[in-house]
Amino acid sequence: MPEQTTKQLKNYKKDFLSGLLRTMLLIRRFEENASKMYGLKKIGGFLHLYIGEEAVAVGAISAVDLKRDYVFAAYRDHGHAIACGADPNVLMAELYAKIDGCSRGKGGSMHMFDAEKHMMGGNGIVGAHIPVAAGCALKIKYKKEDGVVLCFFGDGAIHQGSFHETLNMASILKLPIVFICENNQYGMGTYYERVSSVHDFSVMGGSYGIPGKQVDGMDVLAVYEAVKEAAERARKERIPGLLEIKTYRYRGHSMSDPAKYRTKEELDSYKKQDPILILKEELTAGGLLDDKTYKQWDDACKKQVKNAVDFAEQSKEPPLETLYEDVLIE
Amino acid sequence: MPKITFREALRQAMDEEMARDEDVILLGEEVALYNGAYKVSKGLYEKYGESRVIDTPITEEGFTGIGIGAAVAGLRPIVEWMTLNFSIQALDQVINNAAKMLYMSGGQLSVPIVFRGPNGPAEYLSSQHSQALQTIYTHIPGLKVVSPATPYDAKGLLKSAIRDNNPVVFMEAEMMYSWEGEVPEGEYLIPLGKADVKRQGKDVSVVTYAKPLRVVQEAARRLAGQGIELEIIDLRTLRPLDTQTVFASVQKTNRCVVVDEAWPVCGMASYVGYLVAHHCFDDLDAPVETVTGEDVPMPYNHTLELAAQPSVEKVINAVKKVMYL
Repeated sequence: MPEQTTKQLKNYKKDFLSGLLRTMLLIRRFEENASKMYGLKKIGGFLHLYIGEEAVAVGAISAVDLKRDYVFAAYRDHGHAIACGADPNVLMAELYAKIDGCSRGKGGSMHMFDAEKHMMGGNGIVGAHIPVAAGCALKIKYKKEDGVVLCFFGDGAIHQGSFHETLNMASILKLPIVFICENNQYGMGTYYERVSSVHDFSVMGGSYGIPGKQVDGMDVLAVYEAVKEAAERARKERIPGLLEIKTYRYRGHSMSDPAKYRTKEELDSYKKQDPILILKEELTAGGLLDDKTYKQWDDACKKQVKNAVDFAEQSKEPPLETLYEDVLIE
Repeated sequence: MPKITFREALRQAMDEEMARDEDVILLGEEVALYNGAYKVSKGLYEKYGESRVIDTPITEEGFTGIGIGAAVAGLRPIVEWMTLNFSIQALDQVINNAAKMLYMSGGQLSVPIVFRGPNGPAEYLSSQHSQALQTIYTHIPGLKVVSPATPYDAKGLLKSAIRDNNPVVFMEAEMMYSWEGEVPEGEYLIPLGKADVKRQGKDVSVVTYAKPLRVVQEAARRLAGQGIELEIIDLRTLRPLDTQTVFASVQKTNRCVVVDEAWPVCGMASYVGYLVAHHCFDDLDAPVETVTGEDVPMPYNHTLELAAQPSVEKVINAVKKVMYL
């Protein structure tokens, strides 16, 4: 089982704790609205929702400094983009395939980028971004910067050759990178234990001399602490890290997946450990939050997402001449 | 003008660009301590050190992807593939990441990188080590593809490729590394996307590139003895393709043969042949002929492997065919 952290809320600033909760809430409301707009056919193609997994991106990304650090995500990337501070308007416009989207309507759900904020995507091929993230870490090392790269991927990606090739090279090149396996337990519809030779993924760095740790991904502070420790080790000692963060997605793999491969009881048991609910209760118990304030925060998130939907609705279709733009650069 | 080998021309190009720009790094199998599997990177490790000339494990997908990530983050890596045959292991990285990052990020992330190594058949290497794979890369929008045929072109084009802000697949050949040619001292650049008329002639335009250029040049010498003057167009860059130089030549000669060592199906020969047939329809006095690699995996037996490749005889026959001789 993932390691349990002792909650010492007093070790954290109130603004930091409220920031974690509000960012998770914003992601939750964003995803709920994306789902709704998909149902209304405003959004097409693949839509992979992050509901249930919010504590992973929020806890991890709050542990680094995006002025010098970088984030690479896989295809379930909306939450990471929001946690990096990307503008929800621009993200929703991208889902709407509009010209004001972060990728000018050419990327969609799997290709959320905000290069200025060091959110480096979004990648639709399972495991393909793992060596790319390590390349970014090579740049940091070569330029003698003090940054670190967080590379997120799912339990489905951990068996790809790209993962194993990259861990080997990250270790021999001593790259400042933390590999974060978000184990939401299902690679599309397949329970991870059915396709994995070991069920504790934190040991998979062992062959490459990379230390690993399992983390409770429903506990945002546990994620924060684990990533902070691994990131600082990577930053200061140039030792890459591997974290298996155990989490759960409430929705199917994508909008077309009714998730019939798991039981209602299983889903309900995870909803009882909901990361937003847990932190809300902890903050309330610690005297740091009351129902009225929580409602104000939630209302603010809902308003922000409504504004994002309005922005996306009003944004224009990409002009036809953009078809040939950004194929090559001057 | 000094004569140097194709290998030395490539080495000079990398050396000059590494001296000019500290963001240029080289990574790949055997590039550092071993000085390159084909010695193209000879001396670079000694000169620039292990932070800039990086030996990698035999994991093409991994080190190609790491090169791409370094490029996205601001370096200008050169990734050496020991041969293009092994780049098939890295195809996902090139096609899904390098070629598409700019487009799918809405122009936010560019990938200034060169992937280089030997392409096409050498000798006695059988099917897996003798493939001419330019067609696969040239098919992909978002890439530039360069395939020089002379030391002079190799140096000028590689320097341009390293300075280009796009992913460039740069193809050499094992058989060409020891070829010699005149290369001036001092810096020069050859722009990507410009073909070169290697021989002026009035009778037939022969469009080719890379290693078959020598075959075509020998065919031209023999045909000149029979009073037939070939105009030889060396494409040099396959993507973007310099169609204007090709069309101008065909409009002059009214006949066209395309020579390509890759397989015939959906290849450069058929594509250039189509473009000429379409754009020079009224100028052509004969249908376009093609000479390509035979549509088989490469055999080990030398007689068979030579029979599988474009030859002087095959080119002469094609030229005579478009001249109705």
